[in-house]
Amino acid sequence: MSIKIENLTYIYNPKSPFETKALDDVSLEIKDGEFIGLIGHTGSGKSTLTQHLNGLIKPTSGKIVVNNFTITDASVKLVEVRKKVGLVFQYPEHQLFEETVYKDIAFGPINLGLQEAEVQARIKEAMDLVKLPYETLKDRSPFELSGGQRRRVAIAGVLAMKPEVLVLDEPTAGLDPRARDEILEQIKYLHEKYKNTIILVSHSMEDIAKLVDRIIVMHRGKVALTGEPGEIFKQSDVLESIGLGIPQITHLINKLKDLGIHLREDIFTVEEAKEEILKWIRGKGNA
Amino acid sequence: MLKDITIGQHYPTGSVIHKLDPRTKILITFALIVGLFIINRFVGYIFVIAFIAAAITISKIPFKYMIKGLKPLYVLIMITFLINVFMTSGEILLSIGPVNVTREGVYQAVFMAMRLILLVIGTSLLTLTTSPIMLTDGIEHLLNPFKKIGLPAHELAMMMTIALRFIPTLLEETDKIMKAQIARGADFESGNIINRAKSLVPLLVPLFISAFRRADELAMAMEARCYRGGEHRTRMKALKMEKRDFISSGITMVFIGILFYTRAM
Repeated sequence: MSIKIENLTYIYNPKSPFETKALDDVSLEIKDGEFIGLIGHTGSGKSTLTQHLNGLIKPTSGKIVVNNFTITDASVKLVEVRKKVGLVFQYPEHQLFEETVYKDIAFGPINLGLQEAEVQARIKEAMDLVKLPYETLKDRSPFELSGGQRRRVAIAGVLAMKPEVLVLDEPTAGLDPRARDEILEQIKYLHEKYKNTIILVSHSMEDIAKLVDRIIVMHRGKVALTGEPGEIFKQSDVLESIGLGIPQITHLINKLKDLGIHLREDIFTVEEAKEEILKWIRGKGNA
Repeated sequence: MLKDITIGQHYPTGSVIHKLDPRTKILITFALIVGLFIINRFVGYIFVIAFIAAAITISKIPFKYMIKGLKPLYVLIMITFLINVFMTSGEILLSIGPVNVTREGVYQAVFMAMRLILLVIGTSLLTLTTSPIMLTDGIEHLLNPFKKIGLPAHELAMMMTIALRFIPTLLEETDKIMKAQIARGADFESGNIINRAKSLVPLLVPLFISAFRRADELAMAMEARCYRGGEHRTRMKALKMEKRDFISSGITMVFIGILFYTRAM
């Protein structure tokens, strides 16, 4: 599932005193099976961009091609697009509405017109993926669950539609560190298992750095930077000028490098940094 | 479509009209409404149009914006117009099958439609030039005398303030939940009435839940700041009548006098 975005522009409230350009001539290409981190400040256009990907909003100009399928054409059936691109919104637990977890997850698959048996199989699979015990939770009300569990029910609701492209808008916002790590871990597992294209929207560099293949940095409706995490973090001054930072540990490594200590460049986690620094210390001891 | 409704929206420009005391503005608007019903011939409208046009000019609100506010009311205005055209008896101008168009009917229809349009423009001028907080403050003051007969003026005003405050929030929330459910394959636009009503469940349940949650949080936040109703409550910005309030009230009185005069003419 490759995605190609060409000269995409979107204007909110055109021709009124409140006119704002949310996306300004954005061109991007996302390869099949790529794990993308989309990062940017509030109002940088990242949410607007993700909503274009499954046809929730129509661009003012420009086009989007998902697997040789131009989804911005007027004649395209959006149901087809939504089968292919799954979108998990910010705070997705706010969209839960059914009496039981089972029924809520079933909402998407039933809308796709699937048979009962297939729906059940998909619910089981989706709940497994987000580590929710099927038997104990399926008949519970989603509103009795904890915040982290509710969020996982909501994510399962999208996963059960088996989208080939999965877009997650800040899936960890407002969760405690443990629930956050669990959800990120499950997204990583999902990507490894199904090799589907994933776009993870976030404003936390720390979260993104250790997961994704490539980072796209948005700023004021334009793509400011794009590249592998290592390349992006080299340009820390550009990132800082648009109000984003690099992971603290990468910052530390860069500082050490400035002092003339040679370390590997693509270090984004404390674990990796520990290994590298220990290696350097041992190397020095031998010399 | 929801964006087209300008009634209840505030359009700040900082003009003299914006600075008027809300009580003055409410009373003037009230006088204007009464005035519109005093009129019994077209001459009166000339004065009303002049009055409203002057007010719009002074308020610096773009005329186009005012007209846009009429859009959601087209249907209502058209229905009133048609009913009057066809249902009034008198000198027959034209017959279409069983219905007759009469001279009196056309006169009455134009008369009513103008009354309705001016009514909407006049009253929307009030909300466009007054922030919701000022507006409810004004209403509370004007209702104060009725406290003696047990009218909870402060509570009513507070309810209105909260309701107005949450309109944009709830609209935004509706939009968000709608998009989220559409992304899960929900269809709000096709099917017959029963199916459409059913399809609203995934939208309304989350909306109600969030509204209740917000209400709960707001109540808690108000209590945490020692809110306990209107008793002994003081204000940071107390309303005060200024010279401009007396002048504009005076002009309005003259205006109403003229309207009475056109009636008697």
